[in-house]
Parts: sequence; structure tokens; C-alpha cells
Amino acid sequence: MSNASEAPTPDDGLKLTDSENTGPVLAADGTPLKRSLGRALRRQKLRALMLIAPLLIFVLLTFIAPIADMLFRSVENQIVSETLPRTVVALDDWDSTTGDLPSEAVYEAAYYDIFIAAERKLHTRLGSRLNYELTGASSLFRKSGRGLDDLGEVYQDQFEDLNEAWEDGETWALLMGSGDWQDKAYAWEKSSGDLAPKLELREGIEELLPKTAAAYSSFANFVRVDDGDNPATEDPWSLVYTAFWQDLTGGANVASYSGPEAELLMEAANAASGFESTTFAEGFADIDKDWASTPIWQTIKTYSPKYTSGYFLNSVDMQKTPDGPELRDANERIYGILFKRTMFMSMVITISCIMLGYPVAWILANLPARTANLLMILVLLPFWTSLLVRTSAWKVMLQQQGVINDVLVWLGLVGDGDRLVMINNQFGTIVAMTHILLPFMILPLYSVMQTIPPSYLRAAKSLGATNWTAFWRVYFPQSVPGIGAGSILVFILSIGYYITPEIVGGTTGTFISNRIAYHISSSLNWGLAAALGTILLAVVMILYWAYDKIVGIDNVKLG
Amino acid sequence: MVDTASREAFVEFERVQKSYDGETLVVKDLNLALPKGEFLTMLGPSGSGKTTCLMMLAGFETATHGDIRLDGVAINNIPPHKRGIGMVFQNYALFPHMTVAENLSFPLEVRKIGKSDREKKVKRALEMVQMGDFGGRRPAQLSGGQQQRIALARALVFEAELVLMDEPLGALDKQLREHMQFEIKRIADDLGITVVYVTHDQTEALTMSDRVAVFNDGKIQQLAPPDTLYEAPENSFVAQFIGENNTLEGKVREITNGVALVELDNGDLIDAKPINVSQPGERTRVSIRPERVEFNLDRLEEGSHTLKAEVQEFIYMGDIFRTRLKVAGKDDFIIKTRNAPDQVRLKPGEVVEIGWQAEDCRALDAN
Repeated sequence: MSNASEAPTPDDGLKLTDSENTGPVLAADGTPLKRSLGRALRRQKLRALMLIAPLLIFVLLTFIAPIADMLFRSVENQIVSETLPRTVVALDDWDSTTGDLPSEAVYEAAYYDIFIAAERKLHTRLGSRLNYELTGASSLFRKSGRGLDDLGEVYQDQFEDLNEAWEDGETWALLMGSGDWQDKAYAWEKSSGDLAPKLELREGIEELLPKTAAAYSSFANFVRVDDGDNPATEDPWSLVYTAFWQDLTGGANVASYSGPEAELLMEAANAASGFESTTFAEGFADIDKDWASTPIWQTIKTYSPKYTSGYFLNSVDMQKTPDGPELRDANERIYGILFKRTMFMSMVITISCIMLGYPVAWILANLPARTANLLMILVLLPFWTSLLVRTSAWKVMLQQQGVINDVLVWLGLVGDGDRLVMINNQFGTIVAMTHILLPFMILPLYSVMQTIPPSYLRAAKSLGATNWTAFWRVYFPQSVPGIGAGSILVFILSIGYYITPEIVGGTTGTFISNRIAYHISSSLNWGLAAALGTILLAVVMILYWAYDKIVGIDNVKLG
Repeated sequence: MVDTASREAFVEFERVQKSYDGETLVVKDLNLALPKGEFLTMLGPSGSGKTTCLMMLAGFETATHGDIRLDGVAINNIPPHKRGIGMVFQNYALFPHMTVAENLSFPLEVRKIGKSDREKKVKRALEMVQMGDFGGRRPAQLSGGQQQRIALARALVFEAELVLMDEPLGALDKQLREHMQFEIKRIADDLGITVVYVTHDQTEALTMSDRVAVFNDGKIQQLAPPDTLYEAPENSFVAQFIGENNTLEGKVREITNGVALVELDNGDLIDAKPINVSQPGERTRVSIRPERVEFNLDRLEEGSHTLKAEVQEFIYMGDIFRTRLKVAGKDDFIIKTRNAPDQVRLKPGEVVEIGWQAEDCRALDAN
């Protein structure tokens, strides 16, 4: 065996010539040998790569990409800055720790942002997102979507009362749009299938009425793209009237305007200062008093960056506060307990699998091949039945009116009144999962034990060892690689197990994976689910690394 | 070597039988006694029952019938670990997860021998097999021959008086095997231990043993020192199994003065020493060693019968010449002659007269 490695190999000849001549070794045709070898190997490598390409692409698409996406989701937080761009900028100047409310500018920015988000139906999504961090945010945003419309309608009504012309979209198009755009817009047919022409603002109007121009542009763009309609004929949002009023009262030099509808504009400018009005802060406070308190603003400010550690802090029972991360209240902590429980139960399941699987594997390995193959079918049979069927079978076995309790009562070992509770708790999960994962322990153990010749045990006995000593000192150490492989398999599988704990675990026997599934499918808090999953993945990798350091991954044999 | 005064049995098989399936006997009525200090080899083809005998002695197989005694005590019901017999296995069975020193220390540990004593004994055993520097290595880091030495040292380290060896040299190449044969024999003699050695290699059996038990078909065919075994085989199986051998078949015509006159199947007459034949008319197979055939007829006794032989092939082998002849209708008759200056080198096609001393040619059973 060691002789083989000392034997000369064809490479030795190359090394020898290499060290003797200082120049590069040349191939028969005069090219450097290295290059010609590289060329010869490149084709082989390319062919090998093409062979594995289907699998590689499959793995990339179905495994690497989803995991990368999940890892990304656990920190991704663009929804706040995308939905409330103006508010996020305005909040920069606000010190969230003083307890003062934000300035009117922030409320104004929030009005524009939430109004546009509501038109786009995005405000509820943001509400659900912020609801993970601040209970009540979801309903607050839903309510505000409706309420902010009322805020603008105050101005809309007054402008329309002043002159009916303000009711028509055409008036606004005439005032705001360039002549060129109007011609194109009126010529546009919805049935053509194209989008309506893009708004071109009238020259000078942006300087004259900046807020109105911005609001009208948002409106026109929304009508054009989201609704597929013609902005020139649609009546504008109440937001535009609010902006218009702000511009007119904000000292716009209306007299300098000489375009169409100049008189109408002049009339509005003169009347605007006498309009009934309210501040944005008051408007928000009218919708919900929560807007007039700091927590919602603190939450928006805290979660305004594009990336956040909030999900991870949440997964370890912490939360972001203006003063930095801190632990949640004791009665709100849940994930720490779940992680610990998952680890503990996975460990118990692994140990039970070793205890039950080791003797079975030993018998299998020491039987004649024919009998061993037959018994192997019995080990594998559960493998071939549906996981759900097996788990449900345990429900039948373990429940209080189930087979085991019935037998115990019939035998008189247990009174009919106090039947054992063996399901919907940790015990049920451990029993069912040990049964389900047992083959993953037996198979590697069996294949390792098969390679241990019986002569080792004989040798140990001939040297004077009792049966136990021979087993413990000689056989067992050689079967440790099998135990290692089986334990890694069982532990890693059970740490992420979902279906069985879900069915038989009740409330005390569920794993962290059940919580992840809940966040994926019920609470739809994917970011938190991703963070929990990432932590789980990290724990598994750390354990794997620790195992490699302590036992050595070379010592793991699957066959 | 073996003192005749102490020739009382140390290991004894008495009427031992073994069957695995209840239908056929693997070992049939085995009777064998060996004195202390003897080196006995069990030799035979595979399936002849020799390894089964060894395993019964070690305690890994139970005898179906009969007694096995060690130093006068029946050991049939003593478990292997209490027999105190050292054993060297075919594949050495060195524990791969222990170092060489730990392997050697293992039998001492299970005997609860103190640490300093253990270290002393391990050191001595390693030096005995000239492996003193290898205590810290693992078995996988050793060559086949080195593993063999360690296996031997481990079987000896707890001072067993009886050591069993199950084809210990089977995995080694020829040169190393010959060297280890010598080595094992030397150590066994030095320590005065009793060795039961199983092999299917007859050269190994002849060079190492005090006595050889030739097994076939579950029975001992002959139990004798090597020279007797070679020169005086008691039946035709032993004659053919040990060494090279020419056989001729025929019928006994008469037996006079301890010399049998055998008529071969083609009618030629030869002289032979009657071993397993007693009556004229019996069929027999005569056996003659290639180096005892003579074609210088002057050296034969007056009136000896000779045979005509035609040279088929002449092979030059360095120290000897090997000539194949056609004799009595069969063309596989071999003679070996020493490469001496005056030796005749026969040429194919030549016809010569050959003959032999009557006592070198043994008339055996016809099976």
C-alpha cells in the first residue's frame, strides 16, 4: 500500500528533465510542453463541463438562486424608501430621540407620498411591512389612504366652487401641458393599443407653479401608464388642487403668466388666500391621532434605509429602537426558545437514532448477504411509504384514544381516566421523527460496519479481550465514522424538519421551521422567515465546521 | 530440537469432528498430539479442513464431537479470550485505529498489567521483531512485511506458550516470504514456544516445521517430519502434493525380498518398494522423484529393470537441468539433473534407457 506511492510515476520523468534543463521543456513539434499540455487538457475540461452543464444550470436555478434570494430578503428593506421617498428625505432632519413631533415639511412630504402610494394601492403593502415592527401600522395606512383624499378635496371643492372650469381635466391640460402635447393627446385613440403621449409641461409653468407641476406630472404619468387612459381628458386628483393652492398662496407670480386660461388662473390666485385651509399636521391628526405621536415616525425613520438588520434582530428576540437594538420584553420572546428547543430535540432524536440503529446495523452487517438484503428491505420499507402516511400512523398509535393507550388500558396498566398524553407534545415529535429518520442512521452505519472484517473481533478475543472489551476497544472505534455520518445526516435533517412536528408536535413540540413556514404562508413576513432560515443555515454550517474540527470530515463515511 | 523426554502432549486433538451443516463432515475423526516446543504445520489444499482445525483450537469454532486438550485440560468450553493462545491472522488484523505500540499493549491492558511493565514488554517484543523504532506508527503506514512482524510481536507479547498462525505469509512477495519464514522459525526456537502453523505452501511447510500434518478431505493423510514426508510419502496424495513427482500406473506382478515387480499398463516391468500394496495382482501407482531417476545405467544394481525413454524437451534452469521424457506411453515424465561439468545434456529426439534404485520408487495406492 505505501509502496504504491513511492513507486515512480510518469511525472517523475518530466520533473527530472525540468530540473536539469533551465529552459522550458518542449514538445515534439517545438511548442512549450506546458502550452501543448494545456491545449490537450482544455478540450477535455470543456467536454467535462458540457457534461455537467445541465445539472449545474439546474442547481444554479433551483438551489443557489433561491438561497441567494432568501439571504437577500433577510436584509432587504427597499419598500419604505421606495414608497415614501419624500418623507424619508424629510425625516433626515428630524431627531427621533427628543420626543418632538416632526415638522410640517415631513407631514407635507408624507401627504404626497401616501397619496400617490394610495392611488397605486401600495400603501397597504407598506402598512403590512411596518406592522411587523409597530402594531397598528397596517390599519393606520389603510385609513390614511382614504383620509388623505378628503384633505385635498377641501381645496378641490373650493376651486370648483370658484369656477366650474376647474372641474374639467381639459382645463388643467390646457394650463399645464404644452400645445404640442395637447394636439397629440387629443389625437390619441385608446383603441390604438399604444400608451397615451407622455406629458410635456408648458414652458415656464414649472417655475411658476412648481408643486402643481410635480403633482400634475405624477397624476398624468399614473393615468397614462397605470390606467392606460388619456391624462388630458381625466379629472385630476385632489392632490393637484392641494399643490395648486400651496403654489398660489406660496407667492407665485401669476401676473407674469401669459398663456391660455390666464384669467382663470388670476381669479384663482386672488381667491386662494381666502380659502378655508388646514395644516398637513392637523390633517393627519384628524385622520388618526397616531399620526400625532412619535412611534409611527420613529418606525418609519428607523426602517427608512434600503437594508436593515431588523429582521435578524427580530429573529433573536430583539428589536430596533431609536436608542439602538435592545431585547424584547420577556413575554414577547419566542425565537430563542424555539431555536433552543429545535437544537435540543434534534439532539435527542439523533441520540435515539444511534441507540436504535446501531444494533440493527450490526446485525445486518454480520448476517449472510442474502438474509441481510431481505432485512434491509424492512429497514427501507418505511422509506418508500409516504411521509404523511407514516406521521398520521403515529397519530393513530399515540393519541389518547389510540392503539397504545387502548392496549395499556386493556392490560390494566393505566386507568381509563388518566390515559397517557403522548402526542401533540415533544414526546410525540421525538418518537415520530426518530422512526422517520432511522434509515438515515442505519444506512451509513451498515455500510461502514460491512467494511470492518470480523477478524478484528477475533484477534481481540484471541489477545484476551472479553466480548465487551473487544467490541468497545476494537469494533466501536472503527464504526465511529458511520455514527458520525449518520448523526450529521439525522441532525441536519431534523433541525429543518417541518411536516412531522406540524402534525404531531402540538404547541410544545414544534420546531423553528414551523415558525418559518408560518411567516412564509400565513403572516407573509418573508423577511423574517428569511432571517430565521439564514440563522438556521448558519447554525448548521457552524456545527458542520465544529464537527470537522473535532472529528474530521474525512472520518465520515457514507459507504 | 524436540527433546524426546518431554514428548508428552501439550496440544491434543482426540477424535475431533466438525460439521457446519449437519450433512457433511469438514473434519473427520482428527487425532493429533504435539509436544511442547514443537513447530507443527498443517498443510493441505483449500477446503481440506486445516483452517477449521486451527479455529477450533483458537476457540472460534466449536468441535461437533471429540475433545481438544491444552496442557491436559479440555478447552472445548473455554471461550477464546481465556485460552491464552496467541494468534497471527492471515490479513494480520492489526487494529487500524491504534498505533503499533497500542496494538501490542492491548493484550497486556486487558490482562491488567501495570503501565511500566507494559511498556517494557512492548519494547522487548518490538525489538524481538526488529521494529523497535516503529511504536508510534499506525498499521496503515507500514509495509506488508512490517505489519507481519507487528502481528507476530502482538501474538507473542503476552507470553503465550502456544501460537497459532493462519497463513501469515500469504500476502507477501516471494523474497520477503522466504525471509520471514526464517525469521519466524528463529523467534519460535528462541522463545521455545509451540507453534501450529497453517499454510497451503509446501515449501513453507518443509522449511519451517518440525513436523508437517498433510490434510486432505478432512483427514490427516500423513504426519511426519519434512524429510520423511518428502522421501517416504505414505500414500499417493502426499506423494503428489509434496514436491515434484513422477507417477506410473500398473499392476503388482510379484513381491520378493521386499521388492515389488510392477507391470505397467503398456507391459513394461519396473522395480518398486511396496508401501500400500501387499498382494500380487493389486493395482498400484508408483511414485518416483525426478532427481532419483538415473540414466547412467552403470550406477544401477545388477539385474535392475530399465525403461526406454524418448527425450521431449530439455530445459536449462541454471542450477539444474530439467528434461521431459516420454516413458511408458506418457510424455510427462520429468527428470532433474545437477548442472555438473561432466553432466550429459540430452537433446530432444534422443532415446535413452532410464532406471532407479528400487527403494526410491514407491508403489502406493492406486487412488
